[in-house]
Amino acid sequence: MSAFPEAAIEADPKLPIIRITRDFAATPQQLLRAHTDPDLFARWCGPDAGSIRIVHWDARTGGSWQYVHAMDDAEYGFRGTFHEVRPDRIVQTFTFEGMPDGVALETLTFEDLGDGRTRLHAQSLVDSFESRDMWLRSGMETGVNEGYAKLDKVLADVA
Amino acid sequence: MTDSLSRVFSALADPTRRDLVARLAAGDATVGQLAAPYRVTVQAVSKHVKVLEDAGLVSRSGDSHRRPVHLEADVLDLMTAWIERYRRQAEQRYRRLDAVLAVMEEETQKP
Repeated sequence: MSAFPEAAIEADPKLPIIRITRDFAATPQQLLRAHTDPDLFARWCGPDAGSIRIVHWDARTGGSWQYVHAMDDAEYGFRGTFHEVRPDRIVQTFTFEGMPDGVALETLTFEDLGDGRTRLHAQSLVDSFESRDMWLRSGMETGVNEGYAKLDKVLADVA
Repeated sequence: MTDSLSRVFSALADPTRRDLVARLAAGDATVGQLAAPYRVTVQAVSKHVKVLEDAGLVSRSGDSHRRPVHLEADVLDLMTAWIERYRRQAEQRYRRLDAVLAVMEEETQKP
């Protein structure tokens, strides 16, 4: 039995942190690859609708990344640095180029549960409660089911 | 509204206040009734209620301890809705990741 078959979220009341926990039927190595291989990453990371175009990608400690999310006629740029990349952990910064002064520090931990399963701990530390509220609110502006279309497509590719 | 949400988070940072909110979810209560189960003074509970009131989480019809405290469920609902929506977005993203991982696994198993 998986303790977190669906994403669990926690908004820390004392710090501007969002924590998400989710179990995957994959090894930590596979999860690391899905986060660091640009082609694989672009297939799932998109906020929702639209497509992801990787502009720059150097997933090594000290490297950096940049991608554009294209949706309808608009493009949204995101960028950041890989502070540390190692088998069980990725620490990176995350900035939406529309708000270049806002920087989130993201810590991803891959906890090996054995039997080819891994628990992902994703923590985002933003620079103020106001920023966190903005991130939380941003979820309100996008549709709920947009993600499933992409999932269907990926599943179709498998078949 | 942004400030309001921050005050809500901060008001709920305290375990006693979270407990008060949980009890008020069952129905209105006076500060005296709220204080009864705790080993603290009515004044201390009154201070907690004031913080909840400033955050918009509860309302009182007056300052008297006999006036019932009322939970403003809308404020809690709004915060819960925002967080749940964010969580669902993350879950959608991770379902796409599930699919990518499944493809990776198949590729690994190919001869």
